[in-house]
Amino acid sequence: MKAAVIGVGNEFRRDDGVGPAVIARLAQLDLPDVALTVSDGEPSQLIDVWTDTDLTVVVDAVLSGHAQPGRVHRTCLGALSDGVRAASTHAVGIPEAVRLADALGRAPRRLVVYAVEAADLGFGVGLSPPVAASVEHVVRAVAMELTSSGSYAAGCAQ
Amino acid sequence: MTHRSRQLRVSSLARVEGEGALHVVVADGHVESADLQIYEPPRFFEAFLRGRAFPEAVDITSRICGICPVAYQTSAWNAMEDAFGVDVGAPIGALRRLLYCGEWISSHALHVYLLHAPDFLGYPDAVALATDHRAIVERGLALKKAGNAILELVGGRAIHPVNPRVGGFHRAPTARELAPLAEQLRRALDGALATVRWVAGFDCPDLELDYDLLAARAPDRYAIENGRVVTESGLDFPPSEFADHVVEHQVPHSTALHATLDGRRYLTGPLARYTLNSAQLSPLAREAAADAGLGPTCRNPYRSVVVRAVEIVYAIDEALRIIGSYERPDPPAVDVVARSAVGHGVSEAPRGLLYHRYELDAAGLIREATIVPPTSQNQAAIEHDLTRVVSANLDLDDAALTSLCEWTIRNYDPCISCSTHFLELSVERR
Repeated sequence: MKAAVIGVGNEFRRDDGVGPAVIARLAQLDLPDVALTVSDGEPSQLIDVWTDTDLTVVVDAVLSGHAQPGRVHRTCLGALSDGVRAASTHAVGIPEAVRLADALGRAPRRLVVYAVEAADLGFGVGLSPPVAASVEHVVRAVAMELTSSGSYAAGCAQ
Repeated sequence: MTHRSRQLRVSSLARVEGEGALHVVVADGHVESADLQIYEPPRFFEAFLRGRAFPEAVDITSRICGICPVAYQTSAWNAMEDAFGVDVGAPIGALRRLLYCGEWISSHALHVYLLHAPDFLGYPDAVALATDHRAIVERGLALKKAGNAILELVGGRAIHPVNPRVGGFHRAPTARELAPLAEQLRRALDGALATVRWVAGFDCPDLELDYDLLAARAPDRYAIENGRVVTESGLDFPPSEFADHVVEHQVPHSTALHATLDGRRYLTGPLARYTLNSAQLSPLAREAAADAGLGPTCRNPYRSVVVRAVEIVYAIDEALRIIGSYERPDPPAVDVVARSAVGHGVSEAPRGLLYHRYELDAAGLIREATIVPPTSQNQAAIEHDLTRVVSANLDLDDAALTSLCEWTIRNYDPCISCSTHFLELSVERR
């Protein structure tokens, strides 16, 4: 299985760095055949990374109308809500990149997005405590996505 | 007298930061004002830079923009090396130009294909364009990738490159490392020429600019990474005199500063570069321009899409030339010794001339920093264009008028923190 994990965000904008933080932790694990990438969310880069993958997991920070910092949303391709807006430096967001990839026939076979609700997107490094506390949870969940093609995959019917 | 005020919200597919708003006031069938309101991060950066050591300016200013970091880096080291009296020599200069070509290719390809083309072809965004014209959008992405490949190899990474420094590079690539890049660029050149033919067929609204034009000019090449500053009205001055002619001032409706050239509205960017320097393009780029119907000058802002396509051809052609005659800089950087001085630097960012000025103390700490980005310089021209466009199209409904305004703004590929992504337009008709 060809797989990729993309951490989207900017580590110099506080909680927007949660994606890169998860990638840094995953890099310490023994995950064979998984491409780990940090991205600012530029669509053509996302598409290049996930083209021809069986599974791509994207980790990003989000702002939602009912913010509960640190809360993690797991979403599958096609189910991304317009109400959850990407908080990263790229106002474009993952949904548009997915739509563009779809139009080009370059979407991953399966795409799972982990969106972490942000508390602080100001200048500076370091995650807010609730978001920092969610990193290990996301790391474990992503590792499970990568190693179990069974139960989690069933939650992403295409 | 009728009165109405409406809010319209639109967005486009672009990797951009920030928000912009446009407020248009129409009274008795005449446009009273068209105010473009945008935020401008470089002001914060000028403050960040104070007290920092001179080598840090390259890495700090790179962070101003994810699309044109090399422009910020280049203007920064130009200013530092001007202050310290450093000459890096031809091999380092050529490698820097190669790096900058990568940024032009990447930035222009993104703008032409994903931002601007949908306006001409009647699509709401690049996704809709890709649905109908998959191969065309793939060609654009391949061009962008070729530009990114240069940035990654020479700059160390595609966004906010880490390899360049004041004085040169931390490490210079070998000729052998550049060989596969040349292969990729040769393929990209075909895509770039096809791009020019494609955009040459776009229908453009009629609009002729009467502003003065300002660009960098180098004696022996199409200016990209440095040069003197010239204008169509005949000014020709070194970067050190930039502030004598270009003055920034505040306007009530925007946190972004507006700039004037000797008190007049002016324009920088592709149209200015092409109109002032097209004779210095390579034969291949000149031929592509001629085939696309461009004369030696271009004053229709909607045709800037053709100029950008020609500049992609030129940047690839130039990158191949540099790689073909590559001489690996050894050492990769020259020594830089700080002294108390003031330095000025300019370069041609994809969207226009970018000026930096640094005041440094004997230890090389930055006392004062001034950054004048191209979009700040172009803001008055953009607003003037919008006034003319709205005046000529008052019969359109708000949705159509908003689309036309967005299209007009995108002619300038504005990048004040790459803003104007979520453009709110309010039209007040009295």
